[in-house]
Formats: sequence, structure tokens, C-alpha cells
Amino acid sequence: MDRYRGNSQAIAELVKGHAVHRDVYVDKEIFELEMEQLFPNSWIYIGHESQLKNTGDFITSKIGNQPVLASRHRDGQVYVLHNRCPHKGVKIASEACGNTGKFFRCPYHAWSFKTDGSLLAIPLKKGYEGTGFDTDQAAKGLKRIENVKIYRGLIFVRLAEEGLSFEEFFGDALSTIDNMADRSPEGELEVISQPIRYMHTCNWKMLVENQTDTCHPMVAHESSAGTAVSVWEREKDNFTETPMAVQLYAPFMSPYEFYEGAGIRVWPNGHGHTGVSGSIHQDYEDVDGYQDMMVEAYGKERAAEILGDIRHNTIYFPNIMVKGPVGILRNFIPLGVDKTLVESWVFKLKGAPDKLYERGLMYNRFINAPTSIVGHDDLEMYERAQEGLLSNGNEWVNLRRLWEDDEPEETTEVVNGTSERQMRNQFYAWRKFMVQNMDKAVEAAE
Amino acid sequence: MNRDDLIDFVYDEAAAIDQMRWNDWLALYHKDGRYWMPLEWQQEDPILQPSLMYEDRLLLTVRVERLTGERTFSQKPKSRCHHLMERPRILSMGEDDGVYKLRTSFIYTETRGDLLERFSGWVSHELVEVDGALQIMLKRIDLINFDAPFSNIQLFI
Ligand code: FES
Ligand SMILES: [Fe+2]
Repeated sequence: MDRYRGNSQAIAELVKGHAVHRDVYVDKEIFELEMEQLFPNSWIYIGHESQLKNTGDFITSKIGNQPVLASRHRDGQVYVLHNRCPHKGVKIASEACGNTGKFFRCPYHAWSFKTDGSLLAIPLKKGYEGTGFDTDQAAKGLKRIENVKIYRGLIFVRLAEEGLSFEEFFGDALSTIDNMADRSPEGELEVISQPIRYMHTCNWKMLVENQTDTCHPMVAHESSAGTAVSVWEREKDNFTETPMAVQLYAPFMSPYEFYEGAGIRVWPNGHGHTGVSGSIHQDYEDVDGYQDMMVEAYGKERAAEILGDIRHNTIYFPNIMVKGPVGILRNFIPLGVDKTLVESWVFKLKGAPDKLYERGLMYNRFINAPTSIVGHDDLEMYERAQEGLLSNGNEWVNLRRLWEDDEPEETTEVVNGTSERQMRNQFYAWRKFMVQNMDKAVEAAE
Repeated sequence: MNRDDLIDFVYDEAAAIDQMRWNDWLALYHKDGRYWMPLEWQQEDPILQPSLMYEDRLLLTVRVERLTGERTFSQKPKSRCHHLMERPRILSMGEDDGVYKLRTSFIYTETRGDLLERFSGWVSHELVEVDGALQIMLKRIDLINFDAPFSNIQLFI
């Protein structure tokens, strides 16, 4: 029996601000509704323009559970298409990326499509003459997604035909992407390698919440970062300089006071970031020559402003996180109510020294890999939560840290960095986009 | 070193891991030795191409100490592992550069609690002789499905 489908009130009641009902993490119907409502109503990241350099280049991705592809057409534009043959539904592109040449050809019955999705040819076409085929949706080819926005090279799409515009949806949150791209002396990012992929047996939102959970590193990562610090203390006399690895691990053990002071900024529609006035990325060693390149490119003042913005984790609601100072984007791809694929990408800053890319790659494998000890700490917590939430002893997850009565839901504000405010902010947006147009759809069906 | 010494070394190294004799295992590494798990097919560069692991002795020491830590929750319960290895092929006796090279096909199993995962691939050893004993300069693990999304790999292949 449907408990939540078509019942926007029941969904809204799952989010109380200072608490959320466990069904948001464990209920299969809620997960299905996230795929039907939340993901289509939101702007979802699918890839980077630098992955589509040449005509015929394509990438595949998913929006919620729906397969899509993006391709570079000969008019120079990027088109985002539903990755399913209009004939019998076969996925047109099966690889993560590639070049298809002048057209896509379905491997089943050889219908072919231009790289903007339009139908090119069908073998034995006469079989369709006089059948009314031209009135079928199939005659139009691969269905195109109209709402596409490329921002600083990052490709976002909104599946729903109606909804917030890209600018309305993200607003000032785009400043983190700006900062990440501005860190390139040429102002451009580039993807030149594959992501690190890591399978998680937990709900995707646990990962998203963890990105602004500043009260867990000194506890959950005592085993990894804490051990790194203690081994370093013992061994450091054998070294002449602090290795990059130690610089990356050690800040995870910063005390509560550090995170409190560093602050959290929330934006409307569920976006927000940690590390407003300080972050775990602030004390990395300077990279030779980089400072000068930046001053050359932007002038002294602007360069200092760009490099001085050391934001920690920025959530682009619903499911990506961006780390400007190390050029990392994590994509939390929901596969099931308790299954999430995490793909962590490192951007190369065009025109910047290789050392910065080296650092991004190192950070990525230390923190975001299936072989990462920090990752092991976190996944253990998510898995235990996914199991623990099945207890009927308490159906609510507590998000009350630094909660205030009448907390504003659609606002920009900087708060104490140990607040659970950004997690609440995500759930306000979750509620909004879960029920958006739901009542309309119910009325239409009646 | 003769051929048997080299082959025995590869088996003994795996045995140290399977038996969780971590300090014995670390002692097999040269002070500048590396443990490398590439993320790309026939990858050449561990620094400017992404890897799953590329670690020196300092980082391997952190891992080993973490495994036995009181607050290492991902090791409650503890993981165990098993190496099943084909006879190592000797690719170089180090005639020119003093580096012995071996390549060994393996099936690696890691288990924790009720879960068990298997990995297949090739391990390449680059060994040098220091004070009459062999040491690892580079241990490289190429998984056949390096690009698949794994869950935790907590021990050492
Ligand atoms: S399914 Fe694609 S051509 Fe038939
Ligand atoms: Fe964490």
C-alpha cells in the first residue's frame, strides 16, 4: 500500500527541523519518490565539459535512476539525451565515455541518431511506410533534455520541464564553483582522468550529511588521522620536511573549537558549506611558482582573495559536494534505498603547476577511495546507521544541535561551525522538492 | 640470490600478511619502498595519474598501527585475508640494475564479519638486496577490475 505517493502531507511530516523520521533513509517508497520527484525537480550534475572536447565525444550518467548521455554535436553544442533507444529501449551508449563518430547507432536493430539525438536512419525503412510512424514519439529520436546549464564547464540538468531556473536553484552557492575554477590562472578546470569509485551500503543522504558534520572527524577519524598524527610525532626527526601526506591528514584531528570558529554558511534550496573563516585546507604548503602565476593572471588583490577563500565542503543540493581548495567533486549517486555509488573526481587547474594536481589526487585516494582509511572510518558509521535505524525503539534521527525555534528555512546565514543547521537546511529543501507539483499530479490523475 | 630465494620471498611476504605479522611485513620494505595500486590499465605514473594506493613506509606504518587501534571501529570485528598465488614468474635477475623483478598472478580474499570479497590480478615485485637480505622497492598490484566500485579493502593484497 502506498503510504507516501500522492500524500505530500505525510512526506512533509517526516521533516521536523530538529528531527527527521527514519523513513527518509530506510523506506523503499520514499526512495522511489526521490527518484520520481526530488531528482527530476533539482539540478543534477552529470559531468564536465572538458570530457566532451571533440565532436562525437560522449559521456553517460544518471539522474536519480534514469540513464542519460551528453554528447558534443557538430554545431559545437552539448546535448543531453535520454540514454534509451526509442525503438525498444536499449541503452545507446554503454561506456562511461567515448567518441561515437558522426552518429550513434543502436546495437540491436541499427536505428541511428545524430549526436543531437535526432533520428538519422532506420534499416528497411519502407516497413514503416503508411504505418503512422511519423506521429510516434520514436520518430523524433533520442529524447532530448531541454533544461541544461553549463556553468564554468560543469554540466547540470533538470529533468522536470517546469521548476526553478538554474540561477534560482543555486543562487550564491555558485561562488564555490567560481572559486574552484578561479584557482586556475586561466580560470578553467579540466577532467583528465577517471574518478575513484567507492560502493556504499547506505542511503545516499547519510553521505551528503556527513560532508558538513564537523563533530565527527575528531571522533570517527581518531583511528586514521589520529594514528597518522601519532606516528608522525614519533618519526618526524627522521624527516627534513613535513610530507604532503601528513599535511593532508593532520587537520582532521582539529579540536571542536576550531570547527566552531570556522563557521557554516547556509543558502536557500539546501546548499551550504563548512569552513567560512578557516578550514582544514588552510595550512597547506605553498606550491612553487603558483602564487606568482596567480598574481600575474588576476592582480595581487584578486589573487589573494581567490586563494584566501579556503572553504571546506560545499553541498550542492541534492547530491554533490565540491572542495574548492583541492579541486575535488564528489558525486553521491543513489542506486537503492541502502546503496550508493560515490564517484570522486579531481579537477586539474589549467595552467597551474602539476603539484596542485598531485595534491588533489593524493587527497582523493587518502579520503575517498575504497582503500582509504578515512573512508573506512566513515563507511563503518553509515553502515551501522543503516542497520541501527531499523530499530523501532526510536523512529527519529536527532538534528537539534544549535537549533532555534522558528529557524528560517530559505535564507543565507553564517552560523557556528558545529551546528547541524546545514543538515536541516538540506531536509527543508528535500521536503520542498519532494512534494513540488505532487498535488498537481494527484489532481490531474483524479 | 638464486631463483628460489626470490620466489620464496614473494610467498613469504604474502604469508606475513595472511598471518597478520604486521611488523615482520613492514620490515620487508626498503626505507624508500612503495606499495602501489594503480587505477588505470598499464598505468605508468603513480603521482599524476589517480591510484587507489601509493604509499611509503610512513603511511604503511599508519595503516598497520590503525588496524590494532582501540578505536578503530571498522576493525570490530576484525578483517582477515588469504592470498592464493600462482608460482611467481621471474622477469629480471637484476643483471643490469640490481633490481630483481617478479610477477605473480593471484586471487585475494578479504573477509570481515559475514562478508567475503574476492579480488584477482597480478602483483609485481621489484626487490633489491640490502645487507644480504631482499627488500621491497616496489610492490605493485594490478587488479583485473581496477575501475570497478569496490567496498572497503582494509588489509593488503
Ligand atoms: S532497440 Fe534500438 S534499434 Fe531496436
Ligand atoms: Fe568523515
